[in-house]
Order: sequence, then C-alpha cells, then structure tokens
Amino acid sequence: MTAPVIDIRGLVTRFGNHLVHEGLDLSIPAGEVMALVGGSGSGKTTLLRQVIGLMRPQRGDIRVLGQPLFSGDLQADRALRQRFGMLFQQGALFSALNVLENIAFPLRELRWLDRETIHDLVMIKLAMVELEPRHAWLMPAELSGGMVKRVALARALALEPELLLLDEPTAGLDPDRSAAFVSLIRRLRDQLGLSVVLVTHDLDTLSALATRVAVLGERRILAEGTLDHVMKQDHPFIRSFFGAARPAAGGR
Amino acid sequence: MGVPTVSFEMTGAQPAAVLAGEWTLAGLRGRLDALKRQLASADAARTVRWDLHALTRLDSLGAITLWRAWGDRLPDGLDADPRTLDMLRAAAVLGPCRPAPRARPRRGDSLVALGRLGGALVAQLLGMIALSGQILFDAVRMLRFPQDAPLRELSANLYKTGVTALPITALVGFLIGVVLSYLSALQLKTFGADVFIINILGIGIIRELGPVLVAVLVAGRSGSAMTAQLGVMRVTEEIDALVTMGVPATLRLVLPKVAALVAAMPLLVLWTSASALFGGMVAAAVQLDIGFGFFLDTLPRVVPIANLYIGFGKGLAFGLVIALVACHFGLTVRPNTESLSANTTRSVVSAITCVILVDAVFAIATRHIGMPT
Repeated sequence: MTAPVIDIRGLVTRFGNHLVHEGLDLSIPAGEVMALVGGSGSGKTTLLRQVIGLMRPQRGDIRVLGQPLFSGDLQADRALRQRFGMLFQQGALFSALNVLENIAFPLRELRWLDRETIHDLVMIKLAMVELEPRHAWLMPAELSGGMVKRVALARALALEPELLLLDEPTAGLDPDRSAAFVSLIRRLRDQLGLSVVLVTHDLDTLSALATRVAVLGERRILAEGTLDHVMKQDHPFIRSFFGAARPAAGGR
Repeated sequence: MGVPTVSFEMTGAQPAAVLAGEWTLAGLRGRLDALKRQLASADAARTVRWDLHALTRLDSLGAITLWRAWGDRLPDGLDADPRTLDMLRAAAVLGPCRPAPRARPRRGDSLVALGRLGGALVAQLLGMIALSGQILFDAVRMLRFPQDAPLRELSANLYKTGVTALPITALVGFLIGVVLSYLSALQLKTFGADVFIINILGIGIIRELGPVLVAVLVAGRSGSAMTAQLGVMRVTEEIDALVTMGVPATLRLVLPKVAALVAAMPLLVLWTSASALFGGMVAAAVQLDIGFGFFLDTLPRVVPIANLYIGFGKGLAFGLVIALVACHFGLTVRPNTESLSANTTRSVVSAITCVILVDAVFAIATRHIGMPT
C-alpha cells in the first residue's frame, strides 16, 4: 500500500470552551475517494479547513501528501499547497475575474508559463469539466449554480493536483445536475488518477462516489472503512444517518 | 521521477523520436522552452515514428505542448499507451485560434473615451434623479400608510450617522479652529487688527468651513458605509430577498438613510462649528490675549444670525446630496468585489465633489445675505 495522502494523528480542536475534536486519528490512503460524513456541528468542515491549512489545530499532527502543512519553510509550504486542489462549497470564484481568468489564476501564479500556453491549458480544463469555450468570457455572477461548481472544479484541477478536496460538491444542485457532477468527478478521478476527499450530506453522492467512508461524531472518528463496512456498525448516529436516508434514496 | 526528454534516432528508414520522463506541469518546469525548440527542429520534421511508451506521465501541459508542436493534430506514426492517447485527444478540443493580441490604442480612441465618460456621467445623473423620485414616492406612500414608516431604521441610522460621528467631528473641528485662528492671528498681529480674528473665525467657520468640513467627514464616514452596505446587500441578493417579501427596498433601506442624514447633518454642522469656534477661541486667547468673555460678547455683534441659517441650510443640502449619492452608488454595484470597491470610491469622491458644487451654488445665491455691513 502506498503512503497515505492525509495522515491525522491526535487532533484536538477547541473553539473557546467547545471541544470539536478530541484526539482524532484518521489516515486516508492514496487513490481512494474518502467521504467524511457526520451530523451538523460534528466538525467536518473544520477538519477539512485544517487539512488545507486554513486553520491550525490546537494540538495534533496533520500531514498532507507526507508533509506537514506548516513546516516553517515558506517555499515548501507553498509548493505543498500547489499539490492539492480544493472545491469550496460556494465555488469561491473570484467575482471580479471572468471564468478564463479564474482558471488561469493559479497557472499565472506559477510565473513561468506564457500567455498562449495558459490559454490552451484553460481551454483544456474547461473541456474537461464539460463547459464550452464561449463560457470562458462569462463573469461568475452570470453562471448558474452547476456551472459555478464546474468552473471551480476546473480551477481546483488547474495545477494538476494529486489530491482533490470537495466541500459538499453537490449541495445546491438539483438531482440531475448533481448526478452529472458526480459522474464528472468520477471520470476525472479515473482519468487523472486523483485521490479525493469529500465532505457531504447527500447519501446519493456518497454511494455513487465514495470508496471509503469516515463517520465523524462524538469528537472523533466513529467508524471508517468501505461503505458496507461502515453501514454494518451498530451506532445510533450511523443507524439514523444511513437508515433514514436509505428509503428516500431507494424510492427515487 | 524522470526528467522529460525527447531524443531522435535518425538512423534507418524510419527516423523515430523517443519521448521519456514526466511530461507534467511539475516535470516541465524550466525545461519547456528547450523541449519546444527540440520539437520544432528539423529532426522532428523528418520523424515518422513517435514512441511515447517511455513516458511515465503526461498531463494537460505535456499534451498541449506536443499537440501544438505537431501542428494541431496527432502524427501518423504515433505509438502510445491508451491513457496517454486519451490525454492527447483531450487536447484536440483546442481550436487553432490563439488568444487575440491585446488591442492597441488607436487615434480617436481618446475622443471615444471622452464621449463614454460623458455618457456615463449623464447615466449616473439620470439614475440619481430616478432615485430621488423613488424616494419622493416612498415618502408619499409613508404618509398614506404611516404604519409602513421605517422608524427603527431611521433611529438606527440617526445614531450611526449622527451620534457616533460626534467625537470625530468635534476633534477635527477643534483642531481646524485652532489652526485657522493661529495662522490668522500671525497675520492680523502685523496689521494691529487683532480684534478682527472674531469676524474671520465667526463668518469663516459658521458659514463655510463648518458645513464643508462636516460634509467631507460624513461623506468619508457614513457615505462610504452606506454604499458598502447596500452594495454587499446587492451582491448577496439580500435586496432581492427584501423585495420578494414585499418590502420595498428603497422605502426600507434608502429612505431612512437619506432622512437620517438630512436630519443629522445640520446638527452636526452646529456641533462642529461650535467646536471649531471653541478651538479658535482658545488659540486666540493664547496668541492674542483675547479673553473668552470678550470673544463670546463680540461674536453675535459681528456675525449676523443669517450666517447660522445659511450653515444650517448647507447642512441640510449636503446631507441630502451625500446620502443620495451614496445610496445611488450602493444600489448600482454589480455582483462582484471589483465593482463594490470601485463604487465605494466613486461614492465618496462624487459626494465630496457634489458637496463642493452645491457649496459654490450656495455662495453665489447667498452673496447678499448675512454679510456685516
């Protein structure tokens, strides 16, 4: 087995008096699509923010792609951040830049690619996320919700990351679009050989995309493993999460 | 990890090229130009077989580099893994077109730009007039349905734009008063005209400086805040939410702001003028030995009361102008961050410019009023 893409050991997170994570351990192997699930306030998004280095945990060690996020070496930290891509829940596109400039932004930041190459790369990424070249000139405010997600995905993939992080990738999309987006992510993952970590509430997304599931609850990981393995666990939260959602998902 | 390379074997009947290594964004860094030159060389043109089996990885950058080098097509003698082929075929979406070079400025462009500027100015003016009309409508509606009156918002705005501005306006007024008095005193002393410090300060501050000073401060303080607030509400669709709930946006958001500022400005003018006069009085006492008692006694005699009314009137007008300009620019923010920052800047600059313009109109219109004879 290859080295884990994300390795979390003894993570402690605290907001004031509110303890979010207490000695949380999680290891995500390379090449998997790992879904983080959990109730509201179980610290899923917090965990994701810590993994991408937006927040520093009070205690514990997080290694992404085998390296610490805050090594003290600015160049190394920056290089590490160029090796993973994040798709934010609302897309987080730069509203003052058009689609082309949004996707080109991380490429321009490398400062060694010329304009034509960047343009070509953006066009390839646009095609990858199934958008048309004419969409490149639209502003983020002119895009539909599904297109925002696609553009944000293209931007996250611009630097050819090894690891892709998705925060609620299908939230706010109707079932059709959500299914299309899920199959797009799956196709890209196969094509590009990505490891994927996603946070989701949606059981359809989960079952369609995830190869492994980690359940957050009670300030730690309640269960981790394949979907079947996790669903067999006897825990009130897991029962209600999968149990309540299953008939609804099946009834569609 | 292999360095991306291309080598040509020019022996035999079939000149071949062998590509190896990591043709990826990370691998190609610093080597891209050299490889592009190799791919454009005469050797490459004669190559009939391309062996890509030794490629360890190929990503979009590698694919477009090859695609462009091959003249936007796949060469005939291509030998590669299916995975590599997929990446290369992905590059086929690229049209032959390259981004258009940036347009160079031409003669006559500046004239067009000037025309556009004029058009924009007219458009802004029209927008402002439309907003004023809307506010008038809202005011009439409020009179007909008094229960719709946004009293809470009015009171909140009065507090935000008026009460919380008291310390800063007092401080700035006081300091300007001291400076004005000190500098005038130096000049007046040389003519022996010490007493006229009271005339200068009285007329200058009450009629002119107080209102303009407050207007500049309020435009920077409350005007920018109004524009930013309305702008963000537009970006986040909060205004649409309000309208959807049947709450008229201008009635709830703009009218209280305008009304509050119109009400607060004259009071702020009074307050700041008093503070500036106090500062001037202190400086005059130190510099020219003019006692507080004498100063306060002389002031009403040399400064006709009409000046105070003019100051009040200016306060009203400036308040209206600042609030209208700020709300207009706030409501015309387009949903992106650039537009928000640009409109906030425009709001403050236009508000101050308009205030100075209105001030000039006041100066001409009131030139016969309130001057000591």
